[in-house]
Amino acid sequence: MPILEVNNLEVRFPMREGELIAIRDISFSIDRGERLGIVGESGAGKSVAAFAILRLVGRPGYISGGQILFEGNDLASLSPEQLRQFRGNQITMIFQDPMMTLNPVLTIGTQMIECLQTHKGMRRREARELAVEKLRSVAIPSPEARINQYPHELSGGMRQRVVIAIALLTDPEIIIADEPTTALDVTIQAEIMELLLELCEKHQVALILITHDLGVVSEITQRAIVMYAGRIVEEGPTRSIIEQARHPYTQGLINALPERTRPGQRLNQIPGSMPTLMQIPPGCAFHPRCEHVTDVCRTQVPDYTRFDHSRVACHWVAVQEQTSV
Amino acid sequence: MENSNSDHKAKLLEIRDLYKAFPLSSGLLEQLQFKKGRLVRNRESVKAINGVSLDIYPGDALCVVGESGCGKSTIARVVTGLLRPTSGSIVFDNERIDHLPPKQQLPYRRRMQMIFQNPYASLNPRMTVRQTLEEPVRFHNPGIANGAVKEKVEEVMASVGVDPGWSNRFPHEFSGGQRQRISIARALTVDPEVIVADEPISALDVSIQAQVLNLLMEAREERSLTYLFITHDLSVVEHFGSRVAVMYLGAICELADTATLFGTPRHPYTQALLSAIPRLKLDRPAHIKLKGEIPTPIDLPKGCLFQTRCLYADERCRQERPDLKKLNSGARVACHGVEENRIE
Ligand SMILES: Nc1ncnc2c1ncn2[C@@H]1O[C@H](COP(=O)(O)OP(=O)(O)OP(=O)(O)O)[C@@H](O)[C@H]1O
Ligand SMILES: Nc1ncnc2c1ncn2[C@@H]1O[C@H](COP(=O)(O)OP(=O)(O)OP(=O)(O)O)[C@@H](O)[C@H]1O
Ligand SMILES: [Mg+2]
Ligand SMILES: [Mg+2]
Repeated sequence: MPILEVNNLEVRFPMREGELIAIRDISFSIDRGERLGIVGESGAGKSVAAFAILRLVGRPGYISGGQILFEGNDLASLSPEQLRQFRGNQITMIFQDPMMTLNPVLTIGTQMIECLQTHKGMRRREARELAVEKLRSVAIPSPEARINQYPHELSGGMRQRVVIAIALLTDPEIIIADEPTTALDVTIQAEIMELLLELCEKHQVALILITHDLGVVSEITQRAIVMYAGRIVEEGPTRSIIEQARHPYTQGLINALPERTRPGQRLNQIPGSMPTLMQIPPGCAFHPRCEHVTDVCRTQVPDYTRFDHSRVACHWVAVQEQTSV
Repeated sequence: MENSNSDHKAKLLEIRDLYKAFPLSSGLLEQLQFKKGRLVRNRESVKAINGVSLDIYPGDALCVVGESGCGKSTIARVVTGLLRPTSGSIVFDNERIDHLPPKQQLPYRRRMQMIFQNPYASLNPRMTVRQTLEEPVRFHNPGIANGAVKEKVEEVMASVGVDPGWSNRFPHEFSGGQRQRISIARALTVDPEVIVADEPISALDVSIQAQVLNLLMEAREERSLTYLFITHDLSVVEHFGSRVAVMYLGAICELADTATLFGTPRHPYTQALLSAIPRLKLDRPAHIKLKGEIPTPIDLPKGCLFQTRCLYADERCRQERPDLKKLNSGARVACHGVEENRIE
């Protein structure tokens, strides 16, 4: 059984102009110890999806449909207290900005110890020892001294490592990391990614890694989901997505990267830009930018065409599949 | 070979032995310290640029890379006259320009335009696209006829893909990529020779980055532009740059042709940086981890600026700061270890 299963998740934001559907028909599952990447452009709905999994959609938004199952149990059936325990213990989230997690007026030690006291009912001494150990495990030098420091006394990379240490305190089974290294330099990004990779492998932690960096997805994840305008347009094993993407959008995204073109040559650009939620075109949301567009794309939202380990929402792919069979 | 005949070509822009320090604005009381029984005023400063010399030749696309805070934007701002250097000079077309009074700087400001990372902040929200594009033309060509302004603006709009239908709309009505296109058009309306671009695509989505990068490359061809291009994205550098300067803590540690730098990086910092780029293909060599912590530009390390994080630092590195030395490949590297053949 997958550790987490998401079925037809939908989130809406009521607006003056009517309700905006930020994400729709989001379904996927993840196994224990698996590393799943979610990629897409800014506004595609990656963060909304992540928050919805934790049932933490910010007002005025709300979950308007779908189901989230953790080890087969529907999260909607949990009491607020059970939900809080679940968020603290089984699943945890790492944000782009470490200060979303860290309290600027408390030392790192105080924050870690409080977390262990509430979620694990530990005694202070014991909690402190575990906190030091977790800081050491994320390669914070001299953790006994660092634990007494305030967040602003640490560099950006160290702060993010502290956030990971905090995330690990309760031995979660799933980590959702939303652009955890976007604000950091590449050398620090590489360190943090290696750290996450090692954790997943050693402790069988499932990782949902949200990023717009396909290089990171390629190096860290085993499976990937591509989102466009609130929908999953393609899902499959990371290697096959990178090497033989099927959806024209995924293909376009990968081919637009500088490393896919000889230095100095014109890059393969996708024309236009992703629509805002207010202006999502009818039919396939990608159709105005798509080189394979046909009439049906302009009117009908494509269903998923399924392959052995992947699926693609695209009329053009569907037609090719039918004719090749 | 690094620009094999570069030593003979005329330089368009020269940065000579540049230093820039920002005084830290702490209160007077905090600056006072007792030293040997006497009260002294201790003024600290951020040493953002620490001895940078760079020659830029016509047609170059010189990329400056390095981690956050290493001084990339400061260089851009000193070169374009937005900041005054603490010492050193900027020479444009054989004329020293950094110490000129603002009025005499004007012609050079026209010939050297800047594009910023944030197209939201650099466009005036109260001006329409047409006004935004016409303003610099009028400013730099006092007394120019209305017809000529219109003609110039329309030519640039067509060449960079700014839709004529956008003319009467305001910046907030556009996406990030469209706004950056407008900023580029704005820079081009005054026929500059040099474009200083500070992270012009970092705030944009991948699919839009390719559009804007293509635009900058086309403009380079069509208008024989020279670029000083600042970025932290090494895959963009590899694609766009003719030469690369790698900066660390306000100084250049390696300067080379793009192909040479990516093919045979020599400075230990360059090697670590390149090893950290996430790639689509899984054949990247193992990530080289740096040791130690990033030093602060308030208290620069003694000797080589990189020695506190370098895996090869020895006593000489801790005492003596290395100069950029030219290697057989044409690359210039500031490293005692490379010079002594201690480092591959
Ligand atoms: N509180 C809100 N009210 C209204 N709309 C919202 C709200 N939060 C998010 N949205 C909209 O939902 C859509 C998806 O946003 P989301 O933050 O999930 O994008 P993302 O894929 O995470 O983008 P990024 O890469 O920029 O982080 C966007 O169009 C956004 O404007
Ligand atoms: N106006 C200023 N006052 C004080 N310090 C400054 C000022 N501008 C820059 N600095 C400092 O100078 C150093 C170099 O900054 P700069 O903005 O040039 O870095 P950068 O390489 O562009 O970094 P990034 O990649 O984050 O944009 C930093 O330590 C910065 O904090
Ligand atoms: Mg997001
Ligand atoms: Mg900068």
